[in-house]
Amino acid sequence: MATYLEFIQQNEERDGVRFSWNVWPSSRLEATRMVVPLACLLTPLKERLDLPPVQYEPVLCSRPTCKAVLNPLCQVDYRAKLWACNFCFQRNQFPPAYAGISEVNQPAELMPQFSTVEYIVQRGPQTPLIFLYVVDTCLEEEDLQALKESLQMSLSLLPADALVGLITFGRMVQVHELSCEGISKSYVFRGTKDLTAKQIQDMLGLSRPAVPTQQGRPLQTSEQPVISSRFLQPVHKIDMNLTDLLGELQRDPWPVTQGKRPLRSTGVALSIAVGLLEGTFPNTGARIMLFTGGPPTQGPGMVVGDELKTPIRSWHDIEKDNARFMKKATKHYETLANRTAANGHCIDIYACALDQTGLLEMKCCANLTGGHMVMGDSFNTSLFKQTFQRVFNKGFNGEFRMAFGANLDVKTSRELKIAGAIGPCISLNAKGPCVSENELGIGGTSQWKICSLDPSTTLAIYFEVVNQHNAPIPQGGRGAVQFVTQYQHSSTQKRIRVTTIARNWADAQTQLQHIEAAFDQEAAAVLMARLGVYRAESEEGPDVLRWLDRQLIRLCQKFGQYTKDDPNSFRLSESFSLYPQFMFHLRRSPFLQVFNNSPDESSYYRHHFARQDLTQSLIMIQPILYAYSFHGPPEPVLLDSSSILPDRILLMDTFFQIVIYLGETIAQWQKAGYQDMPEYENFKHLLQAPLDDAQEILQTRFPMPRYIHTEHGGSQARFLLSKVNPSQTHNNLYAWGQESGAPILTDDVSLQVFMDHLKKLAVSSAS
Amino acid sequence: EASGKCIPLAAVFGRGYKQTPLYVVNHGETGPIRCNRCKAYMCPFMQFIEGGRRYQCGFCSCVNDVPPFFFQHLDHIGRRVDHYERPELSLGSYEYVATLDYCRNNKPPKPPAYIFMIDVSYRNINSGLVKLICDELKTLLDKLPREEQEESSAIRVGFVTYNKVLHFFNVKSSLAQPQMMVVSDVGEVFVPLLDGFLVNFQESRSVVINLLDQIPEMFADTNESETIFAPVIQAGMEALKAAECAGKLFIFHSSLPTAEAPGKLRNRDDKKLLNTDKEKTLFQPQVNSYEALARDCVANGCCVNLFLFPNQYVDVASVGLVTMYTGGTLYKYNNFQVSLSDSNFLSDLRKDIEKTTGFDAIMRVRTSTGFRATDFFGAIYMNNTTDVEMAAVDCDKAVTVEFKHDDKLNEDSGALIQCAVLYTSISGQRRLRIHNIGLNCSSQLADVYKTCETDALINFFAKSAFKAILSQPLKIVREILVNQTAHMLACYRKNCASPSAVSQLILPDAMKVLPVYMNCLLKSCVLVARPEIPTDERAYQRQLVTSMGVADTQLFFYPQLLPLHSLDLKSDSVPAAVRCSEERLSEGGAFLLADGLRVFLWLGVSAPPELIQGLFNVPSFAHISTEATSLPDLDNPFSKKLKSILEHIQSQKPYTMKLIIVKQREQSEMLFRQFLVEDKSIYGGASYVDFLCCVHKEICQLLS
Repeated sequence: MATYLEFIQQNEERDGVRFSWNVWPSSRLEATRMVVPLACLLTPLKERLDLPPVQYEPVLCSRPTCKAVLNPLCQVDYRAKLWACNFCFQRNQFPPAYAGISEVNQPAELMPQFSTVEYIVQRGPQTPLIFLYVVDTCLEEEDLQALKESLQMSLSLLPADALVGLITFGRMVQVHELSCEGISKSYVFRGTKDLTAKQIQDMLGLSRPAVPTQQGRPLQTSEQPVISSRFLQPVHKIDMNLTDLLGELQRDPWPVTQGKRPLRSTGVALSIAVGLLEGTFPNTGARIMLFTGGPPTQGPGMVVGDELKTPIRSWHDIEKDNARFMKKATKHYETLANRTAANGHCIDIYACALDQTGLLEMKCCANLTGGHMVMGDSFNTSLFKQTFQRVFNKGFNGEFRMAFGANLDVKTSRELKIAGAIGPCISLNAKGPCVSENELGIGGTSQWKICSLDPSTTLAIYFEVVNQHNAPIPQGGRGAVQFVTQYQHSSTQKRIRVTTIARNWADAQTQLQHIEAAFDQEAAAVLMARLGVYRAESEEGPDVLRWLDRQLIRLCQKFGQYTKDDPNSFRLSESFSLYPQFMFHLRRSPFLQVFNNSPDESSYYRHHFARQDLTQSLIMIQPILYAYSFHGPPEPVLLDSSSILPDRILLMDTFFQIVIYLGETIAQWQKAGYQDMPEYENFKHLLQAPLDDAQEILQTRFPMPRYIHTEHGGSQARFLLSKVNPSQTHNNLYAWGQESGAPILTDDVSLQVFMDHLKKLAVSSAS
Repeated sequence: EASGKCIPLAAVFGRGYKQTPLYVVNHGETGPIRCNRCKAYMCPFMQFIEGGRRYQCGFCSCVNDVPPFFFQHLDHIGRRVDHYERPELSLGSYEYVATLDYCRNNKPPKPPAYIFMIDVSYRNINSGLVKLICDELKTLLDKLPREEQEESSAIRVGFVTYNKVLHFFNVKSSLAQPQMMVVSDVGEVFVPLLDGFLVNFQESRSVVINLLDQIPEMFADTNESETIFAPVIQAGMEALKAAECAGKLFIFHSSLPTAEAPGKLRNRDDKKLLNTDKEKTLFQPQVNSYEALARDCVANGCCVNLFLFPNQYVDVASVGLVTMYTGGTLYKYNNFQVSLSDSNFLSDLRKDIEKTTGFDAIMRVRTSTGFRATDFFGAIYMNNTTDVEMAAVDCDKAVTVEFKHDDKLNEDSGALIQCAVLYTSISGQRRLRIHNIGLNCSSQLADVYKTCETDALINFFAKSAFKAILSQPLKIVREILVNQTAHMLACYRKNCASPSAVSQLILPDAMKVLPVYMNCLLKSCVLVARPEIPTDERAYQRQLVTSMGVADTQLFFYPQLLPLHSLDLKSDSVPAAVRCSEERLSEGGAFLLADGLRVFLWLGVSAPPELIQGLFNVPSFAHISTEATSLPDLDNPFSKKLKSILEHIQSQKPYTMKLIIVKQREQSEMLFRQFLVEDKSIYGGASYVDFLCCVHKEICQLLS
């Protein structure tokens, strides 16, 4: 058998699934002693080049409480045309269409290599995708211009039949009617008054009157267009009009006096956008795209008052319970987010401003609906422009990398129960026999709704082993999990992707080494990190760190090899060796540390952490560092202050930032202009190499990272210095000698100190 | 000693806007000179003393210092040397330029704005009214009033259309196309835009014309029949408030506002209430919100002009309330049809737009000691007992003020009245208009009766009776009127007249028409409860009379009846009016009867054929169509003469009179006969003779 690493990789590529444990402890008690829960990272729509969808309905188990999909793990009686469900053991007849099957003529879903199958099904009418732009007009002229251009450009990227709508807001909220010719028409709403969906629909004239016509009136029997078409029009029909309309958009005309913030009605604008779609296109794929250049300053959802002298809330204010508007605003946006999610729509937030914009309060809008969250300094930056453009990127098959209204249904073998999920989803409250009472993340359900997702959207799903200790599973028994994701493809087709996986059970008392070897420390780190970040949203920061530490210590106690009370004897096997280091960096990461971050930034970082796939998540936890020098080809180096050398160029990728750092000597050479001299062409190449590599990352990642080019002693070098392990600080500088690395001026503990403590605690017989 | 007190003392202040512009006094930054105690303005009643260094106020007798810049020596008769150079020392009426202290928030006012608010519900679109209004506005907007010395009008204009929701229009000059902004939150209306809503017509001409062209098309396929009303006014007011200026709303409305919104009305016209104690409710607004709205409008200098085009009950008492309180004008065109009756409306609209108006006005009446102003009647709003507030006031509005004695008046100094009106002019200048009147006082009742003015009395009686019906049953109001008439005459009989037989009716010379006028007032449909008379019509007339001046009420209650068959075609004169009685008509005659709202052309069955040919271009009486609402323009002396007479009687009248052609012995004569006010009316009104008998009886009772 191949190594577990290969097994894990193969499974990830085929099914988009990575489990923390790839051999499962067979009893509840043992499973809890494993510290890291049995869980997986699931990328439901992982891009598969080799997976052509099949054009028929999946075959379902006939037991109403099960309804699992026929899969390669099912036992099939080809002669009797029967199959047994591997989850509930119900025996099912094949449908008539399967009359011709035999051992040699199997449908795809029975072949072992098709543990993941995608079905295209015919359900209901296909409605085009909907894009509703919600645009802040309280922007600086230059910003607004850039935004307008981006929006105009985006029209050409939309599918031709997509419906598009426009809402602008400032002090008032305007819903633009797109169908009328000649005079441009918009419905205006007060920015301070929250309205119910019903009121909004009435005011927009979307509710159909009970008595449509009166006597003596010309009856309008001829084609009644879709009623909302006034506000949402096919882009191919109105792209000229809309381009003009966008072009004519003016800054909010209401005067802003000195010392005041502009009055910005983001809360009402979003509420109207949600209400508009709720009334007209429930349960079809729709994106509400909010572009805002500052915090909401009036009406429901206001985050800060309009007095400039009162700054927007900081973490300090929040800790001191000084954030006046936070709770109310958060509640407003949460209500909106839940309504949006219930309708299957999603909300994107593109917030570009130098100060905070209220992402902390609004985060749920994107988090619960699977929408994007993008944070930038200005709409007139490539960061925004490129990122926005990438929303409409197409995959290898020319299809948009977006899907809507997904419904993820998880089915498990009897020995397992579902504890919860963490990701851009909401619970569908589907109770059932396989739902655990112990919740991890969003629990209490076996189904979640993901209103918007792309091929990289990844959910963490946590399980609980419920098999009792006294009911051992026979040797060779396997546990199975089936993920059924129904979604609206960007082509508006309804599709169902079914992934069925199985893992071996092992008795932890006798076969611990099997379980240990099948530990996926990368997945485990990300899964634990997601739990930690999830907790951090509701708990105090230090509590979460303590919890993480305790889990780490317990894991080391369980799987480390040591003699009691001898830290030096402590060893971890290869499959666990990197795990403590991940935890060390996680503790320092902006996901758990709020120091030096605004509440908005924290929300932004956490938002992305809760949805990216394993590789990206790991980069976020522990940024990668490459070194470029004359001593050899570019190589990854330790994320450690000792890697910062004068004759090196470093490239750090933290997911959110790409930092290029020129070492002291390199920077001096560059200043001296060696790269321009023909005889030092190799230096020019050396300078160029990291730029090229950075460019590659910049061009593919969503959202586009902040690009920082700095050098030794540069102020922006702080981005690098704050990330590396401070193995050399001003405290131990002389002990380490002066030649290697750069000292970091910090009191943070280094990885070495952290490890020493960990070992001490792990081997301690006191705990 | 005028304490007989049988005759009410009342003054009617019209705003002499029609006369040549008044002299304007400008004292620069110090502002008008006022008495320190009673705050009366410098006027001819101020007595300069101590060589011109001080002056004594004619109203409160307080002695004030003359400000240094105003000092002037006195001549040998104690009059200032510059007496005739200063309007405030020599004239009865003049104006002051007000300083910032007299302005709202101590900021100079901005030029006022006119907002046109058009009901674009199904009926108005279908009838072509909206198109008519839009087309007319295109030309009318060039005729906005302006100050004499200025090139163009400073007035800004804005446009709103509405049915169940409000549509505001952005007509900023920089736009290629107007933009429509719909406000559907009618429960809490607001102004969706500031910049671009109120514009200078000259600057935004192309956009505005574009808009007016498009409005009829925009709603061409509407099937919205419900309308709102109070939110429309609210919106207009909020717009003016946001723009920090005063102004006028021109609302073109046609139906009962039944859509769900504040100020929603139901049809509450109930004939069963007539002649009961509850009849007064028909004249009161249906819901309270209109009164609050009126108060807000006045507070923000927002005058509401309402053009009503009803086909059925629209509850004038409710919808017209804001108009009345804000000094606006109410126009009502029953069963309006674009092709037939548009000339009346268009001419009213034109006049109203071109009218010179004062905005955001406040009037204060000061008197010398011995009497004081106690009650005010007119299109006004009062927050307290002394300040008369008017969102706007124009030349056709009059305020009637009732005075009462509170002490003896001095026969030597007389009774002095100063009426000061602070207002914003059409160019946005804050001004004070001062009217001063000095009245003689007499201890002889006979003198009082000799100098009394019956026309003004009727104006006062009408206004006070029309106000009283809001609180008292009709019957009582009528009784009071009859009693007062009898009292006045009995008092004369008792104190002034030479002794004569008790059975003889004696009328003072100056009051001999009082009984006939009083009878007309009693016959006015406002004071007559008959199911045949539409409630809206009564409420409408009640409202009209409330703001009328003396000449208008006189004509309204006693119409002018002019014989046409005996015209002197050569002279320019208008024929002498004859008494309004059927006796004066003749089969061979033709008459013109005008009451200020309507003008009837009555034709006897054997009217001269040449007259008929001349006026109608038809050969005989039988060929005349009574459908016509105007006369053909014909090139003959009859036609020209009649046109000139019509023009003459129309001039100086606030409303364009509707021409009604009546042929003797035809159905339409019934209506006409109601205006023959000396006759017995079909609604039970007494003839003049009967009324005289009745009054006489009362007098006899009083005397015995």
